[in-house]
Amino acid sequence: MSASPLLETHGLSRTFPGVRALVNVDFRLYPGEIHTLMGQNGAGKSTLINVLTGVHQPDAGEIRLAGAPVQFSTPLEAEAAGIQTLYQEVNLCPNLSVAENIFAGRQPRRRGLIDWKAIHRRAQAALAELNLSLDVTQSLDTYPIAMQQMVAIARAMSVDARILILDEPTSSLDDSEVTRLFEVLRKLRDSGIAILFVTHFLEQTYAISDRITVMRNGEREGEYLAADLPVQTLVAKMVGQQIARERLQPGNEAQVPASAAAAASAAPWLSAHGVARRGVLSPLDLDVQPGQILGLAGLLGSGRTETARLLFGADRADAGDVSIGGKAVKLSSPRDAVRHGMAYCPEDRKKEGIVADLSIRENIVLALQARRGWWRMIGRARQRELANEYIAQLGIKARDAEQPLGLLSGGNQQKVLLARWLATEPKLLILDEPTRGIDVAAKFEIMDRVRALCAKGLGILFISSEISEVVRVSDRIAVLRDRRKVAELNGHGRSEDEVYDLIAGGRR
Amino acid sequence: MTRAVTLLRYLLGHPLLWPAATLVCLFAIDVAHRANFLSITLLSGHLFGAPVDILMNAAPLVVVSLGMTLVIATRGIDISVGAVVAIAGAAAATVLEGDPSQVVLAFGAALGVGLLAGMWNGLLVAFVGMQPIIATLILMVAGRGVAQLLTGGQIIPIGAPGYLFAGVGYFALVPCDVWIAIAVTIVTALIVNQTALGLFIRSIGVNPVAARLAGLSSQAVVFGTYAFCGLTAAIAGILISSNVRSADGNNAGLLLELDAILAVTLGGTSLAGGRFSLAGTVLGALIIQTLTYTTYSIGVPPEATLVVKAVVVLLVTLIQSPAARAFAARQLRRAAGMRRAAENAQAHPGTH
Repeated sequence: MSASPLLETHGLSRTFPGVRALVNVDFRLYPGEIHTLMGQNGAGKSTLINVLTGVHQPDAGEIRLAGAPVQFSTPLEAEAAGIQTLYQEVNLCPNLSVAENIFAGRQPRRRGLIDWKAIHRRAQAALAELNLSLDVTQSLDTYPIAMQQMVAIARAMSVDARILILDEPTSSLDDSEVTRLFEVLRKLRDSGIAILFVTHFLEQTYAISDRITVMRNGEREGEYLAADLPVQTLVAKMVGQQIARERLQPGNEAQVPASAAAAASAAPWLSAHGVARRGVLSPLDLDVQPGQILGLAGLLGSGRTETARLLFGADRADAGDVSIGGKAVKLSSPRDAVRHGMAYCPEDRKKEGIVADLSIRENIVLALQARRGWWRMIGRARQRELANEYIAQLGIKARDAEQPLGLLSGGNQQKVLLARWLATEPKLLILDEPTRGIDVAAKFEIMDRVRALCAKGLGILFISSEISEVVRVSDRIAVLRDRRKVAELNGHGRSEDEVYDLIAGGRR
Repeated sequence: MTRAVTLLRYLLGHPLLWPAATLVCLFAIDVAHRANFLSITLLSGHLFGAPVDILMNAAPLVVVSLGMTLVIATRGIDISVGAVVAIAGAAAATVLEGDPSQVVLAFGAALGVGLLAGMWNGLLVAFVGMQPIIATLILMVAGRGVAQLLTGGQIIPIGAPGYLFAGVGYFALVPCDVWIAIAVTIVTALIVNQTALGLFIRSIGVNPVAARLAGLSSQAVVFGTYAFCGLTAAIAGILISSNVRSADGNNAGLLLELDAILAVTLGGTSLAGGRFSLAGTVLGALIIQTLTYTTYSIGVPPEATLVVKAVVVLLVTLIQSPAARAFAARQLRRAAGMRRAAENAQAHPGTH
C-alpha cells in the first residue's frame, strides 16, 4: 500500500432538511486497497458516496484527489476524474449487446461510422482483463445478474478508472457469484485500483476488505485495518455506545413478558421448514407459538424482512414447507396468508402499508373486507363502529374517522395499520419495524399493545433493528446473519451481548 | 347565517363544483344566444328541445365513460372502447341481417362480444402484466379490423324495429337512450357503492402494493374493471348503431375513447388512479356534448369548431386544477399588492 491516499476528505459535512447526514467526516482511500464502508441504515454511507461522486455537494469540508482539492458538481465530473460508481441495481441497457454496453456513448468510429470490429475486439479485451470470456455480441440480458455486474465493472475499467465505488453490489448475488465478483475485485486491487465497497454482510466484509471505515449517525466512528478489528467490536461500533449505556440502567430487565409461562409449552401455530428463496434467504426453520413473541434479530440485510415476506406470501418461496395448526398449507400470496389468519405490518409504512388518500375508516376495514370478498360489504354503520372502536382503543389522534390517513403522523398511521389487522382477528401478527420513525411515547404505546395482545393468545413475529428492543420483548429470539438463521434462544434473561456475539458469528 | 356559511363552504369544497359550474356556464351561453334554449315541448307523447337532444346524444358517451372511470381509477386506461363500439354494432347487425326477428339474440351478441373484448383487455393487463395503454392499443387497432370483417367492409343497414327502439324510440316521454344511460349509471353506482368493489378499486388505484399486502386480489379486481368497461362499450355500440340505423365498422365510435377519457378527467377523476367520481364523469360527458352543441348553435364556423372545443377544454382543465388556481390567486394578489404600492407611492411622494 502506498503512503499517500488517492482520495481523502477533511471535515466533510452535509445537512438535509431535518437530518445531519454527514458530520465532519474524514475519510481516506488508498490506491491498491479494498476499503469497506460499514454502518446501519441512516449512518451516512450513501450520502458520503453521493458527495464523493458529485451527486450531492458538501456544505463544508474538502475532497482531495491525489493530493489536489477537487469539487464535483455533477457525477460526470467525478467520472471524468476517474471515479466510477456501480450501484446496487445494474445500471446498463439489458437490450443492448455486451460490447455496446461497454462502449455506449463512446463508440470507436471509422470514417464516421461505428467500427463494430474494433468495439467487439476491445470489449473482449476489456473482459479478458477480468479473466472473463463472454460472447460480446449477445444482448446483456441473456447473462445472469452477476455477469451483468462484471460487464458494468469492465465498462468502468475501460475508461481508465482509478477509483471504483461499489454500492451493495452483492445484494442480489448468490454465494458462488459473490466469490466470482471478489476474484475480479482482488485482481483490480492488485493492479493498483482503489476500491470502495459498501455492504451489509459481515462475512463478505471480512472476506474482501483490507481496511474498514465504520460510520454511525453521519459521523465517522473509526477507521481500522480489517485484520485488527474483531467482529464483535465492529458490530458494537456500528450500533453504538448508547445501547451499552441503556443496558447499564436497571429496570429494563424487569419487563419480562407476561405471556411467556402460559404459552411456553403450546404447540406451534405456524411451523416453517426449510423455507428459502434463491439469492434472498437460505433455508430456514421457524416455529411461532400462540401467545408468544418470537423476535428476529440481525443486522440490516441479514434476512429479517425477507423472512417475513416469504412467510406472508408477499414473495414466493422456492423451497420449504409451511404448516399452520399442524396442517400443511401453501401460502403463495398475501391473500392466502390473510385467509389463514396471518397479518403483516410491513417495514416501509408509506409505500407498502397505508393507502394515503383513503380515510382512516377505509384503511381500517380494508383487510377485513378483502378477506370477506367484494360481495359481502361491511355495512357503513358497522365500518364506522369498527373505526371508532379502534380509534378509541389505540388512542389514534385524528379529527374523525373520515380524515385521510396520509394526513396523520407516523405513529398514528402505524396504529391505524395495527387496527387494520386487529380487525381481522389474526392468529399470527408479523410486525416489521413497527416502531421505526415514531416518537418515543407512541413507540411505548405500540409495544404495550403488542404485549397485551400476545397475552390473549396472539402469536407475534417481531422484527426490529434495535436489538435492545428485541431482547426486551421477545419470548424467543431467532438470530439471523447473512440471510441465514444462525441460532435460536430462549428470550428471557438474555443480554444483548449474547445476541451481538451470535450476530457477529464465528469470527473473533 | 352560520348555516348558510357552512353550506357555502361545503359547496365550494365539493369536488363536483367545477364540473357543475362549467356545465351551467355553457348552458348560460346557450340561453344568452337563444332565450328559448331551455324550453322543452311535448309533441305527440315525446319531449323535444335542446336539453333533450343533448341528453340523448350524450347517452353513449356517458355509458362508455362510466366504464372508463373504473378502469382509470385502477391506474389503467382503455383506448379500445371505440373499436369495441364498432364490433358490438357489427355483431348485432350481422345477426339481424340473417334474421331481423332475432332482436334479443342481436342484443346478446353485441353485449357478449363487448364483454369478451373487455375480458381480453383485462387478461392482458391484470394477468399478463402488460401496460394498459399498449394492451388496449392492440384491440383498438385489431378491433376495427374485426368489425370490418364482420360487416364485410360495408355499412350494414339495420331495420329491425325492436332493435331500433333502443336508439330512436321513446319511453315515458323520454328517449330510450336517456333511460339506458340512467340505468347504467344507477347500476354502476350500486355495484361500486353497495359492494366493496369501490373500496377495492380506490385502494388499488392509490397504493397497489399496500392493497396486495392487505390481502386484496388486485388481479381479479382489475380484470373485472376492464370486463365491465368492455360491456359499457358494447351498450354504447348498441345505442349508436341503433341511432344511426346501421353498423359501420370504420366510423362507429371513432375517437370515442378520447372523449371518454376527457369526460372522466373533466369529472375530476385523476388519471393517476385512486379516488373517482361517477357523478363527475356523467357531468364531464354532458359538458363535452353540450360544448359540441354550443359551438354549432352559436355559429362557430365548422372549420373552427375543433379548435374552439380544444381551447374550452384547456380552460376547463386549468380551472379545475388546484395548482393552476393557486397560481392564479397568487398572481392576482401580487398584482393587487403592486397596485397598492404604486398608489401609496403616488400619495406620499418622497417618503422613502
